[in-house]
Amino acid sequence: MAKKTFRQAINETLFQEMRRDPRVIVMGEDVAGGQGGSGQIDAYGGPLGVTKGLIGEFGASRVIDTPITESAIMGAAAGAAVNGLRPVAELMFVDFFGVCFDQIYNQAAKFRYMFGGKAKTPLVIRTTIGAGFRAAAQHSQTLYPIFTHVPGLKVVIPSNAYDAKGLLTQAIRDDDPVIFCEHKLLYDTTADVPDDPYAIPFGEAEITRDGDDVAIVAFGRMVHFANDVADKLAKEKISVRVIDPRTTSPLDEDTIIEAVEDTGRLVVVDESPPRCSIARDIAGLAAEHAFGALKAPIAQVTCPHTPVPFAPPLEDLYIPSPEKIEAAVRRVLAYKG
Amino acid sequence: MQLSREDLLDSYRRMRTIRAFEDRLHDEFALGGIPGFVHLYAGQEACAVGMCMNLTDEDMIGSTHRGHGHCIAKGCDVEAMMLEIYGKKGGLCGGKGGSMHIADLSKGMLGANGIVGGNPPLAVGAALAAKTLNTGKVAVSFAGDGASNQGTTFEAMNMAVVLQLPVIFVVENNGYGEGTGVSYAVGAKDIAQRAAAFGMPGVSVDGSDFFTVHEAAREAVERARAGGGPSAIEMRITRYYGHFEGDPQLYRAADEVPGLRETLDCLKKFRQRVTESKLLDMSQLDTIDAEVAALIDRAVAKAKAAEFPGAADLTTDVYVKYA
Repeated sequence: MAKKTFRQAINETLFQEMRRDPRVIVMGEDVAGGQGGSGQIDAYGGPLGVTKGLIGEFGASRVIDTPITESAIMGAAAGAAVNGLRPVAELMFVDFFGVCFDQIYNQAAKFRYMFGGKAKTPLVIRTTIGAGFRAAAQHSQTLYPIFTHVPGLKVVIPSNAYDAKGLLTQAIRDDDPVIFCEHKLLYDTTADVPDDPYAIPFGEAEITRDGDDVAIVAFGRMVHFANDVADKLAKEKISVRVIDPRTTSPLDEDTIIEAVEDTGRLVVVDESPPRCSIARDIAGLAAEHAFGALKAPIAQVTCPHTPVPFAPPLEDLYIPSPEKIEAAVRRVLAYKG
Repeated sequence: MQLSREDLLDSYRRMRTIRAFEDRLHDEFALGGIPGFVHLYAGQEACAVGMCMNLTDEDMIGSTHRGHGHCIAKGCDVEAMMLEIYGKKGGLCGGKGGSMHIADLSKGMLGANGIVGGNPPLAVGAALAAKTLNTGKVAVSFAGDGASNQGTTFEAMNMAVVLQLPVIFVVENNGYGEGTGVSYAVGAKDIAQRAAAFGMPGVSVDGSDFFTVHEAAREAVERARAGGGPSAIEMRITRYYGHFEGDPQLYRAADEVPGLRETLDCLKKFRQRVTESKLLDMSQLDTIDAEVAALIDRAVAKAKAAEFPGAADLTTDVYVKYA
């Protein structure tokens, strides 16, 4: 088993699934790049290089560079999905969903229910999320809480290269619309990734650190911070369980509730503003189903209720940090009632 | 409007300032001093300046991710721009916006924009305010060939015609939307024709010729001010640098940009035109070049030395503060 980057894992999955199923197509802005230019085709291979090489093997009929027209991309992908294709459409930055949300949430998400169970919409929307890229207010958000809110959409937030491959394979084979959120700062992280295809089912959390004193639930890049905190506190004999739900919709509620029952203390980490966030959602879940087990108020480590700032020191303050997570863990441990 | 000698000097100074600003940012970015995404305007100077020389501080412009040139053409303070691009205190947006969101409403600069096709509807709104409040102002939407394909642009153009608003849609066609060529991504042969389809006059001009741009812009601004409604101008131009800084531009043949720098450079063309026709002396232009170079040096030095905003600034200005 080879070490592969998060970027390579996704790229490999696209190759394998496109070979496996000729109905799978990739479409988006500069997924190849260079069409109509004086230089090379596949000049970009995706704005962050994730779809590199696909056009060479599968051609422009299956690796479709589109104009910069997000509504048309998402609507065409949704329309193609209910008519026999299995599109993997790319929304370059999740922030751009504002241009095209109707096609996703009023159209693709609702077809199956509105049409009385007669439609299947096997659509994957790959998108980049997250701050830390110094890309300011319109290129740095996570926004997965908004997608999670919409019935009919499935929402995936892989935290590592191994999960990225397994979850994207599942997403492409799934018959419902899936929003697949790739954190920009994870692309160069590596993990052991098997060469052969494999699928990870949605709604199954992974326990990345086991422990009995405190449970941390975290997503995407924040899983790494939570693991670091758990490892650090282990040296002080503080036992932290870290849960990476991997998908926010469906959500593995049982694993979260069980962790709260086992530890009595919950810290939720979410790289999003606090209101109507996944952090609040999980806090609500724990309060409703494990209230009797709680030994301390649930702690939430989130971004502030602000847009993402540009200035690097402000952006660093904006993002939940290992230090803030550690402080929250110590706070719930120290709580005396 | 006949351009006076002072106008010509002013126009040249603005264009030279944009070029020097962007060339310097290109160098500083490569050295690692500038955070985030930076999209440079070098090569397109005559478009922004030819348009904005027809505007006052009270007129409004909406801009794009490639917005520095529009800022300078509209009269934004160069040192405060540089501070903003470095994310420092005293920047035009207090360091919170950065290159992609740089704005100065006091100069009628409604912001660069991180969303392709984000500003055309906003410019329509600025024009709606001008018409409703009877201020006599006009609004200009700068967009690229990429944004010319967006539904927001189509919707904005149609609404501007329906409401007969004083707005000008400038489409700077620089040949590439990110890394994809116009001949692939734009279905129409001529972007200006699209404007005609919406019911407004549309012309297509050589964006490297300041005088041609200025004349087309003058007509459109006069029409808008006189209540004649919206217009569109496609400006055919090129950009010298990549879509973003760090873009290796593999989608362009190696000789494309050097060739265009020779044949399509708006500053060279301007210098040649005004000196050959004896409107200005070469020495006047050289003096401006030196003054601009000194200004950019000062701005960069000031930006590098400035402080970042403090932690307390993180949560301010999400909403208006009520006393």
